[in-house]
Amino acid sequence: MSSSALGKPQMRGLLAKRLRFHIVGAVLVSLGVAAFYKFAVAEPRKKAYADFYRNYDSMKDFEEMRKAGIFQSAK
Amino acid sequence: MFFRTAWSLVLRKGGLGIRGIHSPGDTAPSKGKMPPYTNYHAQRSYPMPDEPFCTELNAEQQALKEKEKGSWTQLSHAEKVALYRLQFHETFAEMNHRSNEWKTVMGCVFFFCGFTALLIWWQRVYVFPKKPLTLTDEWKSQQLQRILDMKGNPVQGLASQWDYEKKEWKK
Repeated sequence: MSSSALGKPQMRGLLAKRLRFHIVGAVLVSLGVAAFYKFAVAEPRKKAYADFYRNYDSMKDFEEMRKAGIFQSAK
Repeated sequence: MFFRTAWSLVLRKGGLGIRGIHSPGDTAPSKGKMPPYTNYHAQRSYPMPDEPFCTELNAEQQALKEKEKGSWTQLSHAEKVALYRLQFHETFAEMNHRSNEWKTVMGCVFFFCGFTALLIWWQRVYVFPKKPLTLTDEWKSQQLQRILDMKGNPVQGLASQWDYEKKEWKK
């Protein structure tokens, strides 16, 4: 096969190249997923709880539940 | 791939006397097994099986094999290709070529999924018993009302979507 015109393929460092690519990718993907979760799930949840409890009146809540008739010990 | 090595070992040790399949140019089948039930199978993970592709050689091919025992620089290009074809069924490019089999597979998968759906529909109509009391609409609505009265998950969940003044779901 001396008449072929193909160049010599890459013979060394194949694993190192693959590892570098995948380690960098894994770090980026992990950071991306973590950042996405923080800003799409965690922060809105914290805000929702803060908003709910800012002006929360537990006695009023209890009275509403009692009037609805769900308690057995407080009619 | 491991099955192939194990199979080759079995063949060698068991002495089953199976010959390789005949060369592409042969007319009469050899005493061994007919394709595809031979012990030659190459795949990308196991590209060089132990047995050559053709073991029943005619005179011309045997002469070529004798010539192969000498210096390879004396072989012409055509002879080298012929020797390759004796040893291997397909080149790497031919062996690895893609096919459209996946379309057939996916089509059959979806077809049988649809067929299963028809079966289950028939079962729902003719086989399933009456709904239990707790799954009737009346019971479920009473259940939902009780959960809203108890204010279940009032921060982000169910009760947070209910408007208690207007007594309807929030828009």
